[in-house]
Amino acid sequence: MIISATRILAIFRKELKQLTRDRLTFGMIIGIPMLQMILFGYAINTDVRHLHAAVADQAQTQLSRAMIQDAQASQVLDIVAERATAEELEQLMRDGIVSIGIFIPHDFERRLQQGDRVAAQLLVDGSDPVILGAAQQLARMPVRLDTATGPVATKATFEVRAFYNPERRSAVNIVPGLIGVILTMTMVLFTAVAIVRERERGNLEMLITTPVSTPELMIGKVLPYILIGLIQVTIILGLGALLFQVPVNGSLVDIYLASLLFIGANLTLGLVISAVAKNQFQAMQMTFFFFLPSILLSGFMFPFEGMPLVARYIAEILPLTHFLRLIRGIMLRGAEIAALAPEVLALLAFMVLTMLIAILKFRKSLD
Amino acid sequence: MAAAIETHDLTRRFGTLTAVDHLNLSVPEASIYGLLGPNGSGKSTAIRMLCGLLTPSEGTASVLGLSVPDQAEALRRKIGYMTQRFSLYEDLTVLENLSFMAEIQSLPRRERKGRIDSLLQVFDLGKQIRQRAGTMSGGQRQRLALAAATIHRPQLLFLDEPTSAVDPQSRRDFWETLFNLVDQGTTIVVSTHYMDEAERCHFLAILDRGMVAAQGAPRTLQEDIDATIVEVEAEQPNRTRKALLAVDGVFSVTQLGVRLRVLMNKSVTTPLVHVQSALKSRSPDARARLTTATLEDVFVAATQGRYRKQQRGPKQATPGARP
Ligand SMILES: Nc1ncnc2c1ncn2[C@@H]1O[C@H](COP(=O)(O)OP(=O)(O)OP(=O)(O)O)[C@@H](O)[C@H]1O
Ligand SMILES: [Mg+2]
Repeated sequence: MIISATRILAIFRKELKQLTRDRLTFGMIIGIPMLQMILFGYAINTDVRHLHAAVADQAQTQLSRAMIQDAQASQVLDIVAERATAEELEQLMRDGIVSIGIFIPHDFERRLQQGDRVAAQLLVDGSDPVILGAAQQLARMPVRLDTATGPVATKATFEVRAFYNPERRSAVNIVPGLIGVILTMTMVLFTAVAIVRERERGNLEMLITTPVSTPELMIGKVLPYILIGLIQVTIILGLGALLFQVPVNGSLVDIYLASLLFIGANLTLGLVISAVAKNQFQAMQMTFFFFLPSILLSGFMFPFEGMPLVARYIAEILPLTHFLRLIRGIMLRGAEIAALAPEVLALLAFMVLTMLIAILKFRKSLD
Repeated sequence: MAAAIETHDLTRRFGTLTAVDHLNLSVPEASIYGLLGPNGSGKSTAIRMLCGLLTPSEGTASVLGLSVPDQAEALRRKIGYMTQRFSLYEDLTVLENLSFMAEIQSLPRRERKGRIDSLLQVFDLGKQIRQRAGTMSGGQRQRLALAAATIHRPQLLFLDEPTSAVDPQSRRDFWETLFNLVDQGTTIVVSTHYMDEAERCHFLAILDRGMVAAQGAPRTLQEDIDATIVEVEAEQPNRTRKALLAVDGVFSVTQLGVRLRVLMNKSVTTPLVHVQSALKSRSPDARARLTTATLEDVFVAATQGRYRKQQRGPKQATPGARP
């Protein structure tokens, strides 16, 4: 079969023109990432003050007392109770009396000076991302090693232990995940609908009597959405950095490469759906049938480790699972994409397989 | 005359419904072949099978010497298909639609502009190149669709009810362009349910519930009709109609304004006398006269099964006759 660049380009340009004229779709392309970012962001970024807190100060030194005072001075915390042990702090939290517990171990000063272990713990009711966010701010609070004028410890003093939400979600963690979720939602749906719409409107009946081949049609249709996917990634990254100071620890090239792979995997899945769905509504249903497990099982909502084995097996099939590992690794841990080869391979395999299914399933006939 | 299309017992079923039932066609090259039939008679289904869009349940078809649907891929470069429903892009302009089709049909780059310009002129779309297809009138859209379907100068053109939304004048113009195409050697298969269009075809197949009810040149079909036609003029056509239906040998009465066209069995030896005596008591003001068959009469007779017998007759000199 001869693949003609002219025909692919013709379909590509036609698709782009239609997209720019379809205000609703165009709005969704830009609107969905913006809206999601701002919705998630507001929940995280709310300025919190006067959270009820309890302290268990086992060190009882001048330094530990100074630190507690500093914490209180920030007005984020109101210390309402003092206890002796971490267990008692947890009990208070369970009873809903406090939402933050400060635990200072008896070897606090030694830990600080040696600097190899975190010096203290902030116990946080992680079920509320607002509180979690506040706690994380607090954890970055420097401790004066010398109560007079001494140097300021540069290392984080606290280790934040989030209860009920061990993943410690915050803008930092959510933004990379959001890239995956938004791309899953939009990419699958857009390609699925793009082809089904042509079938519904009767364009396909005309198109398949022309020399256009199935791969040409599919490639031409999918190309514009690759562009759109990359635009969405840029919007999310930009807003994340601008509004929530989400760091990009790894290389931008790697982030875009990983995104490109993931976009590809979702687009080919969209093609499979488009080959099977009879109308736009069915395409939409199938997309959501895929979207829900993606969100729930991929590790975006719940930590992967806590899930039952069956769920984990299912999750391994979903591209979002692999993408989340990739993108979190690159953005947050500064890993290189090459170091995450298994995830890359998994995405590639998914893409090739779905592309094959799409081409086999899509028949140039009306039967 | 060589045949552009030859089908043998072409059949398509959808579940228990037989949409096209043992269709035998022979379409000569460089002619216009009409498929005339009421809604649901299988016109679109037949055309789709001939384009390779639907797989036949039974039977074979050879289109431009290629067997369909096996060689449909090779056929696609040689045919143009204008679908019943407008199938270009409504959100693209006239020019964009034509450019798209030119590229899809792999016209050489340097020929594209010239070809599009000449089509715009032939189909009188020059003033609308920047108008979106979705905002055009029915007739303009149809011209655009035909321009797009012929952009690659196909040898064979399938038109599925191409003038269903077009006024009579535009329809005449449309057919002018079809005849021009035929003069250049194009073969055209066109489906319709308009008699005036069917009359213009070189050959016709009248379809009824998927079966060919009559087949031949329009003139021949009119001459060979197996019925006597009586035209009745009456003040109260509705009452008169009821009276006529009761007459022995009358199998169809169609009202056209104040006139009624009465189809009677040929076996009735004195048809006019029969009719007049029936009218005398019920509708004394009515006047009846014998007349020749129109294509509409042929259509009515055929769709009532009055043509079948003759169809199987041995000396049927239609292009649809099979070896
Ligand atoms: N894909 C399909 N599935 C089921 N039945 C179908 C399908 N396509 C056509 N039919 C049925 O086959 C019969 C013939 O349909 P077809 O569209 O060929 O008729 P037509 O002569 O083109 O009618 P019209 O003048 O209304 O366009 C109809 O009864 C229709 O309901
Ligand atoms: Mg039809």
